[in-house]
Amino acid sequence: MLSLMLFLPLAGGIFLLFFRNPRAIRGIALGASLLSLYVSIVVLGRFDLHGGMQLLESYSWIPSVGIAYRVGIDGLSLPLVLLTQLLSAVSIVYSWRVDMRLKEYMFLLLLLQTAMLGVFAALDFFLFYIFWEVTLVPMYFLIGIWGGPRKEYAAIKFFLFTLIGSLAMLVGILLLYFNAAPRTFDVLSLIQQQPLAGQLRLATIAFWGFFLSFAIKVPMWPFHTWLPDAHVEAPTAGSVILAGILLKMGTYGFVRYSLTLFPQVFQQYASFIAILALLGIIYGALVAMAQTDLKKLVAYSSVNHMGYVMLGVSAAAFAYGKPDLAAAATTALNGAVFEMIAHGVITGALFLIVGVIYDYRAHTRGVDEFGGLGAILPVYSGITMVAMLASLGLPALMGFVAEFLIFLGSFGVFPGFAATGLLGIIITAAMFLWTIQRIFLGPANPRWKGLADMDTRELVALVPLTVLMVIFGVYPRPLLDIINAAMTTLVAALR
Amino acid sequence: MPPASDLALLVPELWLAALGLVLLGVDLFVGEQNKRTVGWVAVGGLLLALVPTWGLAGAVHRPGTTVFFGSYAVDGFAVFFKFLAIIATTLVILASMDYFRASGDRQGSAQRFEGEFYTLLVFTGLGLVLMAASADLILVALSIEFVSLTSYVLAAYLKGNPKSNEAGLKYFLFGAAASAVMFYGFSLLYGLTGSTSLYVIAEKVATVPAPALTVSLALMLAGFGFKISMVPFHQWTPDVYEGAPTPVAAFLSVGSKAAGFAVLLRVVAVAIAPSGLDYVTLIAGLSAISMFVGNLLALPQRNIKRMLAYSSISHAGFILIGVAAFGGAFGNTGLLIYLFAYMFFTLGAFFIAALIGARLGSDGIPDYAGLSQRAPGLAFLMALFMLSLTGIPPTAGFFAKFYIFAAAIERSPALLWLVAVGVVNSVISLYYYVNVIRTMYLLPPQDPARIQEPAVLRTALWVTGAATLLLGLYPQPLITFARAAALLLP
Repeated sequence: MLSLMLFLPLAGGIFLLFFRNPRAIRGIALGASLLSLYVSIVVLGRFDLHGGMQLLESYSWIPSVGIAYRVGIDGLSLPLVLLTQLLSAVSIVYSWRVDMRLKEYMFLLLLLQTAMLGVFAALDFFLFYIFWEVTLVPMYFLIGIWGGPRKEYAAIKFFLFTLIGSLAMLVGILLLYFNAAPRTFDVLSLIQQQPLAGQLRLATIAFWGFFLSFAIKVPMWPFHTWLPDAHVEAPTAGSVILAGILLKMGTYGFVRYSLTLFPQVFQQYASFIAILALLGIIYGALVAMAQTDLKKLVAYSSVNHMGYVMLGVSAAAFAYGKPDLAAAATTALNGAVFEMIAHGVITGALFLIVGVIYDYRAHTRGVDEFGGLGAILPVYSGITMVAMLASLGLPALMGFVAEFLIFLGSFGVFPGFAATGLLGIIITAAMFLWTIQRIFLGPANPRWKGLADMDTRELVALVPLTVLMVIFGVYPRPLLDIINAAMTTLVAALR
Repeated sequence: MPPASDLALLVPELWLAALGLVLLGVDLFVGEQNKRTVGWVAVGGLLLALVPTWGLAGAVHRPGTTVFFGSYAVDGFAVFFKFLAIIATTLVILASMDYFRASGDRQGSAQRFEGEFYTLLVFTGLGLVLMAASADLILVALSIEFVSLTSYVLAAYLKGNPKSNEAGLKYFLFGAAASAVMFYGFSLLYGLTGSTSLYVIAEKVATVPAPALTVSLALMLAGFGFKISMVPFHQWTPDVYEGAPTPVAAFLSVGSKAAGFAVLLRVVAVAIAPSGLDYVTLIAGLSAISMFVGNLLALPQRNIKRMLAYSSISHAGFILIGVAAFGGAFGNTGLLIYLFAYMFFTLGAFFIAALIGARLGSDGIPDYAGLSQRAPGLAFLMALFMLSLTGIPPTAGFFAKFYIFAAAIERSPALLWLVAVGVVNSVISLYYYVNVIRTMYLLPPQDPARIQEPAVLRTALWVTGAATLLLGLYPQPLITFARAAALLLP
């Protein structure tokens, strides 16, 4: 079941290589992506809220070194899998008008989809590592071939940064492997064994190996410098996937692996990591405010939002071994995971919004060059405002639920840090409101008078995301239930 | 006289020697324009040589099985390298057949000595087989010299090309000096233990004073280091690779290197290790230096063959991790797995370089611009080989690197620093490998004409490409094979 979902996009990607007709290629790409989305909805239907890790599949692969093909899904990975599916399909729809080297483009998007799904579903470190690394290659090409003016620099920078993290993680994985008895790459068995629990020195090395990999991916301050380059230069669909999903692989790693495999070490350094998260929050918000390039602004707001996630995760890590803080830790983690989804939906939408105005209409992203667009493009303005308000955390929209839970949980664990973090929310709010004012309000700039409002393709891509922001903002319960069940189990297992 | 039953264990070697002689004869009787026939006979003969080798792989399962009074090993380790040498030689001959035709088309009369070329390659292949199986210092010396002599000729094969002549001469001078130093090391070891047999040395080496043994090891490393292009004996590599015919460069980078590592490991693990001398620190240091020097010097290269030469030096550093980590479940096999995987993607990269070089008349990386549109199949394979050289999954290069890092971590936490050096170097290497991909895929072509992919080379390329992917996705058979081979080293 999960394997079918995983490899459908890749199969579609290989299949479309045999076609020449652009319409056939687009059709196959969307079809494969939607089929995989459909399978994941069936998975959602079969999902048992309190079943823990489920739909497990395990096949022998390289038995002589304890490697097997193991996949499974729980309340942490399921929402991320659904997010991946949604944003991948949206990206393909949005990319309908790409005609330069279309075949390669669609193939890479589908390969990327399989790899991302694999990262969230893999339960074997070897398999996980392969998927993790495979995401780099299509993203490198997507930025490098279809990107903006500085695409080559951005693409190689992205590749180099993430590779150094990945290899550091590989060392961590091997340290876990060699200290386990029996030696295995099985994630569930390793979590149960806690192979490095007694060896603080090795555990510390392995923890920082994982940390480097995930922190670069998230990206945490000061490892964020690849992000603005990559996001700005990537084509719109690339930015959507990069911000919407690839960044979540880092935070997912922190929750799934760092928290469960090295709880003592993580607890020891939780305050330090929380400070890095706070720096990311404040720095990201301030730098975003100073941007005049709309895409860069959204990119830096990602640094800010991922800081909230890391604040929640480090709060949960700090609470390890303190039973009285368990409830707060669960709340913070719920918020962190919810924020991953919320940020994926909202920022994915925001990058599409930037693409709508930049790719096919104004061909500029300068915030100050617009003004009064609200009167010219009413539908576009409406959707943009919903997305930006959701991003700044307006109640009744998705971002608010996430941030509320994160701060609620973090206040229980370290109130000082949480209070400082609130500063970031204020700056972000100011930043987005000011942006809305500069683009949509004020006197209409006559230069943009003839612009057409959004077409069907763009609506098909953006409306579902906007609807989700509102639905989960008003009624977050279905999503929160899934997350909460998994996080409660996780926190309980850490005691 | 050695018992006649010994000869039954030498069928692959005898077959290869006979094949070389037959090829000389065939070459006499085929016309100027049909020298490819010699190549086809060579390929057929080499493939047939795999049959008795396969038979040996099933038959030999005792550690330290030797023939000719303990001087020549027929253990699983030797059988593993027989396979490696035969496969590498076959692939190189396949690639050369196209190389000669393509460069003949451009220059007119480069094919005159084509027949001898294939013969020399087969003899070199025999030399590699002998190197990997020698268990006596004298035989080690002889087989290394055998390989060196044929390689000097091969490197200088393009008679009218001054760079090729320079390559041959440079290779010869470096090789002669390195061999002399190595022989001095051998003679010291003989003087200290009174025997040339590695297995007899192993019994007596514990009583040898450590400083003398260290000197002897260091001197021997000069010779081995030359063959595997380890820093500081690497200086010949870029010039020779650049000047030599590209298939020869491929052969040197894979065949000689693998056999050199086989000798190095056999001498160190069999003869030196029992003394208790700390060779690991020395090897680990050389490994780290080789990685850094190779990778940092590869960064500014604009010629694909020079780039691959420096990459070959850095890979020697990676494989030396396997020597340092020898011992234990991963350590025993790490080097074998790395060399076997390395063979395919390195040969593949060189073959494409050979093809492009012959078609464009240039080995400059900038001339690869737009290759993804001019030759999509070639560009895809080259990208695959470059990712594999970097160690990105799911390729053979990733698995090899994964395995060798695992070996070092398993061996001792004290080798963690070496793994860290390896990690840093993998990242450095990404930059120049991806530069090739960038040129092929990101830059527009200067000349939109398509490049033809000839049938013979396509066979060699698909074998290397498929092996690069398969060994990355399903390495289990290779591990089983390598474990059987490594167990036999006593």
